[in-house]
Amino acid sequence: MVESNLINSYLGNANSSGLKSWIFSTDHKRIGLLYLYCMMAFFIVAMLLGVLMRLELLQPGEQFISAKTYNQTFTLHGVIMIFLFIVPGIPAAIGNFVLPLQLGAEDVAFPRLNLLSWWIYIFGAILALTSLFGGGGFADTGWTFYAPYSINTDTNVSLAVLAAFVLGFSSILTGINFITTIHRLRAKGMGFFRMPLFVWGLYATGWIQIIATPVVGITLLLIFLERTLGLGFFDPTMGGDPVLYQHLFWIYSHPVVYVMILPAMGVISEILPAFARRTIFGYKAIAMSSMAIAIVGYLVWGHHMFTVGMSDTARWIFSLLTFLVAVPTGIKVFNWVATLYKGSIQLAAPMLLALLFIFEFSIGGLTGLVNGALSTDIHIHDTSFIVGHFHYTIFGGAGIGLMAAMHYWFPKIFGRMYSEKSAKTAIGLIFVGFNTLYFPMLIMGILGMPRRYHDYLPEYQPYHMVSTIGSWILVLGITIMIWNLVRSARKGEPAPDNPWGATTLEWKTPSPPPQLNFDYTPEVQTGPYDFSEILSKDANKKKQ
Amino acid sequence: MDSASSYSVLVDKTFWLILGSSIIMLFAITATMIWFVFKYSRKRNPNPAQIEGNAILESIWTIIPTIMVLIMFFSGWAGFKVMRNIPEDAMEVTVYARKWSWMFEYENGVQSSVLVVPVDKNVKLNLVSNDVIHSFYVPAFRLKEDCVPGYDNVAWFKAIEEGEYNLFCAEYCGDQHSNMITKVKVINSEEYDTWLVEQDTKPIGIDILSINGCTACHSLDGSKLVGPSFKGLFGITETVLTDGEERTITVDEEYIRRSIKEPMADITAGYPPVMITLPNLTDEDVDAMIQIIKDLK
Repeated sequence: MVESNLINSYLGNANSSGLKSWIFSTDHKRIGLLYLYCMMAFFIVAMLLGVLMRLELLQPGEQFISAKTYNQTFTLHGVIMIFLFIVPGIPAAIGNFVLPLQLGAEDVAFPRLNLLSWWIYIFGAILALTSLFGGGGFADTGWTFYAPYSINTDTNVSLAVLAAFVLGFSSILTGINFITTIHRLRAKGMGFFRMPLFVWGLYATGWIQIIATPVVGITLLLIFLERTLGLGFFDPTMGGDPVLYQHLFWIYSHPVVYVMILPAMGVISEILPAFARRTIFGYKAIAMSSMAIAIVGYLVWGHHMFTVGMSDTARWIFSLLTFLVAVPTGIKVFNWVATLYKGSIQLAAPMLLALLFIFEFSIGGLTGLVNGALSTDIHIHDTSFIVGHFHYTIFGGAGIGLMAAMHYWFPKIFGRMYSEKSAKTAIGLIFVGFNTLYFPMLIMGILGMPRRYHDYLPEYQPYHMVSTIGSWILVLGITIMIWNLVRSARKGEPAPDNPWGATTLEWKTPSPPPQLNFDYTPEVQTGPYDFSEILSKDANKKKQ
Repeated sequence: MDSASSYSVLVDKTFWLILGSSIIMLFAITATMIWFVFKYSRKRNPNPAQIEGNAILESIWTIIPTIMVLIMFFSGWAGFKVMRNIPEDAMEVTVYARKWSWMFEYENGVQSSVLVVPVDKNVKLNLVSNDVIHSFYVPAFRLKEDCVPGYDNVAWFKAIEEGEYNLFCAEYCGDQHSNMITKVKVINSEEYDTWLVEQDTKPIGIDILSINGCTACHSLDGSKLVGPSFKGLFGITETVLTDGEERTITVDEEYIRRSIKEPMADITAGYPPVMITLPNLTDEDVDAMIQIIKDLK
C-alpha cells in the first residue's frame, strides 16, 4: 500500500523524474523541497563560517585568520544566514509544502509565480557568491551595510547589496502568493477562524514581506548607486546622512525578524495540540497576537539606534513601543504552556523541539527587555549581549522552529519515518551546545565585550573559550540531526498517513501526498484542532 | 564589574529589575512546562480534556505583563533622562574618533590618546568623527554614544571613583576595530591640574604618534599592522606605487614628509591605500615625527 502511495505521489510520478522535472516544476511541494535543499546547503556553509569565527576567538590575539578575513567572515555568515537561509526560511521551504495542504487546496494561487520566486532566489544567491571572487573580495561591512563605511570600503559591497536587492523580490512574490492563496483557496467551510495557526503565522508574515521588503530593496539600491555613481545619499562628505541609512535599513530589518519568527510560532502552535491531543488554548489570542506583532513590529525599528544621536523624544517613544511588542509575544508563550494542561502528552522529537523552542525563545524574548529599556540598552548595545540575544530569538526560535517543522512534517513529505532515537540524541546535544555557545555571550556583553571584535582583552577569555566549546557540541548535534533526516528520507520505515494523530487537513491525505494533494474535495466542519474523531478511533482500537 | 559613574547605579537598578523578573519568569515557564509534561504524559493521562481557553486567565496574563513592561520602560527611561541631561557646569572634552584610534582634546588645547579626567567632576563630551561611524563606550560608566560623521553628538559623565577603565569603540569601523581601545584615567583634581599644565608645556615627544593615530596602523616594534612598521623603516629601500606605477625609493626625510602630507601619493606595495591626511599638523610636528622615525632602529 505504501509503495503504491509513493508511485502515485508527487515524488514518484513516472513521467516526472530527473532534474528538469524538479527545477521547472510548478508543484508547490517540489518547490518547497527545492528551497529546503538550497537553504540547507547555505546553512551548512554559514554554520562552518560561524565555527571558524568561534575558533578565532578561542584565545585573544590572532589565531588563524587576519582581522580583515574575520570581518569578511562575519559579514558572509550574516548575509548567508539572513538573506539566503532564515528570511526565505520556514515560509519558502515548509510553508510552500504545507500551506496548500492545510487549506485543502491543489496548489498555491500562482504556481508559476512560485517557481519564478525560487529562480529569483537562485539568481540572487549566485550574485552573492560571485561577489566573493570579484572586486576587493567579499564585503567586510557586516550584514547591516552601515554607511558611510559601506560607501568607502574597497571590498565588493556593490554586488553583495545588489544580490540582497534581488533576493528581496523572491520574498515579496512569495508573500503575495501566500496571501492570495489564503484568501482565495481555503477548503469549503474553512472560515478565517478555522484556519490552522501555522496558516495564520504565514498570513501575518506575508503582509510584512510585501510591505517592508521594498523599503530595504530601495535602500540597498541607493547604496549601490552611491558607490557606482557617487550620488551622495548617506555619505556626509557628499552631503548625505548616515543616520538616514540606518532608519531605512531598520524599517525593514526589524520587521523582518518577525518574518523569521512568526512562521516558527505557527509551527509550534501546530505541534503542541498534535502531541498533547487537545485543542490549543486560546486560539483567537494566538492568531490575533501574530497580527498584533506584525503591526506593532513596524513601529519599533528605532530601538536599533538608541546610541546614534536620535532625539531623546524619539528614543523614549521607540522604547515604549518596543515594550508593547513584548505583550503579544508573552501571550503566545502562556497559551502554549496552557495547551499542555490536562493534555495527553507524547514526547516525540517534534514535541521535544517545540518545548526547546519555548525555553530558548523565552530567553531570547526576556533578554529583549534589556534591549528595550533605554538606560540598559545604552550599555549592552553593540556588545556580544546583542549577538547572544539575537541567536536566542532567531536560532533558538526560528531555527529550532524549522527543525521542529522538519521532524513534524517529515513523514508527510517523504512518506517515511526518521529514527526517533537518533533524533533525540541530536536534540540533547543541540540543547547543551546551544546554551554553552550563546549563554556566555550574554554574560560577556553585560561585562562590556563589544561585538564584531577580531581580538579582545584577556579578561573576557574564559567566556569566549566556553562559547567556542559550545559551538563544537552544537555542530555535532546538528550533524547527527541532518544525517538522520537525510538517511531516513531514503531508508526510513514507511510512514502512515497520520503518524501523530494530528487533525489538520494535510494528515487526511496519503504520505507522501499525490500530485494534486487530495483524492477527494476536502470540506471543513470544525475548528482545526478537533480531536474527537482521533480519540474515538483510539477508544475503539482499545475495545477491540 | 566596575560601577564608576554617577548614574551607573541607576542603570544597574534597571538591569536588576529586568534580569530579576526575567529569571523568575523563565523559571516559572520552564517549571510549569516540565510539570505538565510529567503529570499529563500519555501514560498517566490517556484522556485529554479539551479546554479552549479561559477569559479570566488570559486577561490576567495580558494585563500583568503589560503593567510589568511599563514599569521596566519607566525605569529605563528614568536612568536615560539623567544620562541625557548635561549639567551646565561640565568641563568639555572633544573626542576625535578615527580609524582606528582615539584622540581627546581638552579646553586648553592639550591633546592626549588616553582620556584623563578629574574625579567627581562633570565632563561633557563632544563626539566627533570625520571618517566612519565609531562609538564611544566605557562599560564601567554605562555610557555609550556614537561618533557619527556630520553629527554633533554629545554625552556626559561624572566619574565617582579614581582608577583606569576600558574605553572601547563599539561600532564596527573596519580592520582594526577591535584594536580601537584606550583607557579612561580618573585622577584627583590636583593631579589633573598638574597633568594639564605638564602636557601644555612639555616638548613634543613620541606620544605625538599615538595622539595623531599613527600607531593604530604603524607599529613601533616591527610587527605588521595595516601599514608598514616604523621600526627600522628609515633608510631602507621600498617598492611603492605612484599613480598605479611601481617604482623603488629610499625612505629618507623627504619621502616621509611627503607620505605624511600626501598619504595617497606613494603607496608601499602590499599595503592598502587607506591613510588619511592630518590637516592640523604643524611643520614642527612633522619634523618631530621624522626625527622619531629616524630614531626607531
